[in-house]
This record gives sequence, C-alpha cells and structure tokens, in this order.
Amino acid sequence: MAFADYPKQEILRPVKGSFIFLSLMAALLLNLLPLKGTALTLCPDFIALTILYWCINQPQRVGMSTAFSMGLLMDIGNASTFGQHALSYSIMAFVALLFHRRLHNFGSLKQAPQMGLILLTEQSIMLLTWLLDGSNVPGWNFFIASATGTVLWPLFSSLLRMPQRPRSDSNAL
Amino acid sequence: MEMAPQFFRHGPSLLARLVFFVMLSLLLMAADTRFKYLPEIRQAFSIIIYPLQKLANTPSTAYDAISEFFASRHLTVENEELKQQHLIVQGQLQQLQALEAENVQLRKLLETSQRLESKAVMAEILHVPRDPFNRKVILDKGSQSGIQPGQVVVDDVGVVGQITRTSPWLSEVTLLTDKDHSVPVQVVRNGLRSVVSGTGKDGTLELRYVAVNTDIEEGDMLVTSGIDGVYPPGLPVAVVSKIERNPTYVFAQVTCTPAAGVGHYRQLLVLSLLIPVTETKNPEEATESKPEGKKRDKIGIR
Repeated sequence: MAFADYPKQEILRPVKGSFIFLSLMAALLLNLLPLKGTALTLCPDFIALTILYWCINQPQRVGMSTAFSMGLLMDIGNASTFGQHALSYSIMAFVALLFHRRLHNFGSLKQAPQMGLILLTEQSIMLLTWLLDGSNVPGWNFFIASATGTVLWPLFSSLLRMPQRPRSDSNAL
Repeated sequence: MEMAPQFFRHGPSLLARLVFFVMLSLLLMAADTRFKYLPEIRQAFSIIIYPLQKLANTPSTAYDAISEFFASRHLTVENEELKQQHLIVQGQLQQLQALEAENVQLRKLLETSQRLESKAVMAEILHVPRDPFNRKVILDKGSQSGIQPGQVVVDDVGVVGQITRTSPWLSEVTLLTDKDHSVPVQVVRNGLRSVVSGTGKDGTLELRYVAVNTDIEEGDMLVTSGIDGVYPPGLPVAVVSKIERNPTYVFAQVTCTPAAGVGHYRQLLVLSLLIPVTETKNPEEATESKPEGKKRDKIGIR
C-alpha cells in the first residue's frame, strides 16, 4: 500500500514566515540570472517550483494570492505582458492546492513526475497566452524547462525542507 | 489569529479564488496590451525588482572584473598595439574631419538639412527574458540617464533594436527579431528601399512584399534608410541570406540574418533620438522634395 511508509515521515518544525518570503525572493533572483543559450532552455522556473512546494506543504499560508503576486513581479522582470505569468502561476497554484493532501503523502521522489505534469500545465497556459498574443509556436525544447524542473524536484524540496528538520539533539537529555 | 485557530479559517472556496485571480489577470493583460493603461504600475513594480536584477547580475560582473584583473598582465603589449591603432585611426580621422567640413560646406551650398550628430549612451544588458517568445532585452540604464522610448540601440556591428519601455533605472529593448518590429532599410548595392521585419525566431528577419523580379541577391547588405525619422541612415541592419523566387507567387521570400549579434556582447550603445524633421520654410522646396521621396519609397516597397 502507498500509505505503508507514511508513519516513517518525520515530524517537521513549523515554518517561519520569513523563510517562505526569503525562499520566494531567492527563486526570483534565480529566475532573473542573466543566462544565455542552452543554459536558458535548461533552466527550470524556480518560482514555479517554490510556489508548488509551499502550496503542497503550507497550503494555509501560501496560496493563489502569493502565486499571483509573484507572477506579477516575474512579468516585470521578464518584460512580458502584465498578468501573463500571474495567470499561469495562479492556475498552477490552484491545481497544487486541489491535490495537496494527496501529494503530501508521497515522498519527494514519487512527487516528481506529478510535479512535472503540473509544471507542464503551467507552461501550456503560458504558451496559450503567447499564442493569443500572436506569437509563433516555439520548438519542442520550450518544454525542457519542466523536464529539468521534474528532475530537480527531489533535490529542491529537500533543500526547502532542511530548515524545518528537527534538531538532532532535541531527543537528548 | 487570535479569533480562531488557523485550521478553521478557510476564506472563499478554492474555485472562487481561481475565478477571481484568472479574471484579474485577464483584465490586467487586456489593459496592458490593448489600452496601455499601466505604465505607472509597471514602473512601481520595476523599482521593486531592480535591486534583485542588479544582484542577479553581480556574478557576471564579478567575473568580468576578475578576468579584467588577470588580463591586465598583458597590458603593456595591448597598450603598444592600441597606440599603433590609435595612430592609424588618427590619420583616418584627420581625413574624416576634412571630409566632414567639406560635407558641411556642400550641404550649406545645397541648403539641405544637416545630418544630425548623434550622441550615444553606453548601456549594459542586465537580463534576457527566459521565454523563447520574448524578443526583448533589459538594459541597466533608464530614464534617469536620459533614455526615452523610441531610441535606437546598436552594437559595434549594427542595429540591435529599439527602446520600447523605460523605468527610472531600466529600459526594455525590443530586438529586430521581434515579430512586431520592422525597420525601413536600403540595399547598399543598388539603393533599393524596403522594410525588414522580424519573424519572432532567433537570427532571422524577412523582407515582406518583395516582387519576384526585384533586383536583390543573396549576400546583399541592408542598411537603415533613415526615411522613418527614427533610425539614423546608414546603420547596418542585416545581410540577405536566402531568396526563394517562386513564379507562382507574387512575392519572393527573402530571409535575412541580422548583422548585430545580441548574444555576443554585453555592452550596447543607445543613440539619441532624432529630432523630427521640421517643415521647410519655403513651400516650393517642400512640394518638390516630398513627392520624390514618396515615389522612391513606393518603388522600394514593391
């Protein structure tokens, strides 16, 4: 059964609001790195990954409004139409919130392919808005970003979980 | 948090929130593309994002500084070379000055408008958007440095694009390859005028509406014609790379590659805005010169 390993999950310490904010800003920073060529196509959307992580693990605190405002910031940073990233991020956050109870039960390795699908949805919405704007259909390598996002998910989520790990000496005494 | 435990507070339902945010973002998109209502809001947001962009750029600037430091060991050799180059260029410049003076005098004789001396601002590429759709780059100088929308951006080889949006410290450049961007050009070889437009793909431009029998060849150099009053004349824009003449179609398919490479350098030059040509005082001249220009224009487009 899928839930057999559920009790093995460690109980995490509560997340600090400042850490959520800091992680979102760091993701924005990573998205704004001046990359070129293949590095740019390979680079996953870090903001999407961070929003997904918090939507699944802290659905009470990070939701669609956070996703929406991060999208607006990303629109400015990316010089795209105002509201484009906001639209795709908020729909992505909706999907994540819809399934967060189910997704929360899986380990980060098992979560990865499902995250890939959600990221793909986000990118498809992005593509749709661009097509409405009159752009040409890009090559298939447009979707590489969600593939790398899938691959990086276990690493990324363990990185974000690190500050909440219980301290090793908490059981001592 | 004091009123009720967080667990019990849910707010509006998930679907209601989705509908709200989707409607809001659609509204924003419409307001931005169709009505252009939002420059102030965009500017406010860009002020938030500016420090982050600067910070994201620090690794590459640090790398530049370090490589510069190591390169400084070869400075004496480079200095010698530069001195020699300077001498050669100085010689050419003297000739140029003479020519310029002569040109000014001749133009005075002809009583035509003098070509404007353009000032330029050096700017650095701060950020390249990550989507493949967006043919834009962001420069690290904005309206505080006197940059205005409509200014032309060039690198050392040719035209890169045009400033389309500015905020106090940043400006957006729409590249030549943007699908909505077109530049009036002239073939160097025979003076044929046309308009080169972006395709939305990397490194390809096209000349639209060129008749099948037009005198244009592969390898032809296209420079700005200057008839638009935005681009100063004579800047290299593109080289014709491929021509498909199919007699069943009215127009030939002419593909070009841009002369300037945005991917190569980080420094770009923003040229000052050309002052729109004022109406000439004596009406005879105006009536004489205008139709001619239009005629040529039409021939070029055809």
